[in-house]
Amino acid sequence: MSDTATKIKVATIWIDGCSGCHMSFLDIDERILELAPHIDMVYGPLVDLKEIPEGLDLVIVEGAVANDADLHHVLELRKKSKFMIALGDCAVSGNVPSMRNPIGQKDCFERAYFENADTGQQIPTNGVPALLKNAIPVHQAVKVDLFIQGCPPPADAIFFVLSELVAGRVPDPTKVTRFGA
Amino acid sequence: MSKVIRVVTLTIDDQEVTGREDETILTVARQHDIDIPTLCFLEGLSGWGSCRICLVAVEGVPKLLPACMTYCSEGMVVHTENEQIKAYRKSILELLFSERNHICSVCVSNGACELQALAQKCGMDHVSLPYRFPSYEVDSSHNLFRNDHNRCVLCTRCIRVCDEIEGAHVWDLADRGINAHVISDLNAPWGDSETCTNCGKCVQVCPTGALVQKGTAVAEMHKRRAFLPYLNAMRGNHG
Ligand code: SF4
Ligand code: SF4
Ligand code: SF4
Repeated sequence: MSDTATKIKVATIWIDGCSGCHMSFLDIDERILELAPHIDMVYGPLVDLKEIPEGLDLVIVEGAVANDADLHHVLELRKKSKFMIALGDCAVSGNVPSMRNPIGQKDCFERAYFENADTGQQIPTNGVPALLKNAIPVHQAVKVDLFIQGCPPPADAIFFVLSELVAGRVPDPTKVTRFGA
Repeated sequence: MSKVIRVVTLTIDDQEVTGREDETILTVARQHDIDIPTLCFLEGLSGWGSCRICLVAVEGVPKLLPACMTYCSEGMVVHTENEQIKAYRKSILELLFSERNHICSVCVSNGACELQALAQKCGMDHVSLPYRFPSYEVDSSHNLFRNDHNRCVLCTRCIRVCDEIEGAHVWDLADRGINAHVISDLNAPWGDSETCTNCGKCVQVCPTGALVQKGTAVAEMHKRRAFLPYLNAMRGNHG
């Protein structure tokens, strides 16, 4: 085990996305062993921890900010971290989750919970976070330091960006990925 | 009597080049393999100069000029890229992306779209402006083609090709400013157009996934533009 003091503390979060970006992250396969000595995964869907820890070096956000809980999470993560990455088109631009925005919440609810529901027609409010008016890119809720486009970003692009970051350099992800990649 | 056209010498990115005074900076730059990005410009159609992606700096001129609409002159010194130009190009792209609804991951033109490629080329990694999320119609009334206004960048290539090359003039721009949009005939559904010949030229020149062939799924729409220089050459058109 290498010394945790020299490792960067990393949190990831999956908000309004499909988990594809996290899957693509795992798709870097055995190259994760090259990153492992440099990073300490302390929070995220891949870690069993309820509370967001303090003193994060890097936060990677997958998904758009679409509801109260998403907003709460990104605000807290931003407060506790030094550097934030928006990973994937949903986080960068709103992407598919934002397709509801031009339609409007009322019509979306109508369609989902009344027209398409045979029984128990009602808008769920218990135990689910309230939707924001629009699903928005992460940087429209909190400051984002780096944007990795793609749906999902290719594993090679994720590996490139992370290895540059652990080497102390801030790369330009548009060299290796684009919207819709 | 035709006017005498002079040959001029100018400098583009520290390279001394020659061009005709009736040629634009863009034309001469491309003849010398100097890359200037464009969006509304399409070789074989008249110049339009609306997108401003091709802005360049000309020494002695206080503002940036569109390379596609600025003619060469003797001794001109042109710079095709500097920090200001890069910033302008990014801003233009951010405006275009925020104006309509571009969801590349589900677009028929994903991977073969000029707007998307420009964003990558110009390093536009996110849109810093608030998105508008406007509500636009998709006109699927034509039996071969579709017009998805959500992806239109108002380049007017469709208008120009239909007017100048096909001679049908189906398309026009309606309204002004942020409300501008393309219409077919006198704002009738495309499928009801009495002037459309179904030639498909507008679809092929459209830089984005706005005008597309029906029956294409995500990333399946690849445009074919080879007809344009060919038709112009056959008809003896230049420019
Ligand atoms: S038209 Fe181009 S930029 Fe717009 S959604 Fe389609 S691929 Fe993306
Ligand atoms: S298909 Fe041909 S005639 Fe019809 S609108 Fe397009 S360019 Fe014009
Ligand atoms: S429909 Fe296509 S070709 Fe016509 S103005 Fe819009 S983007 Fe340009």
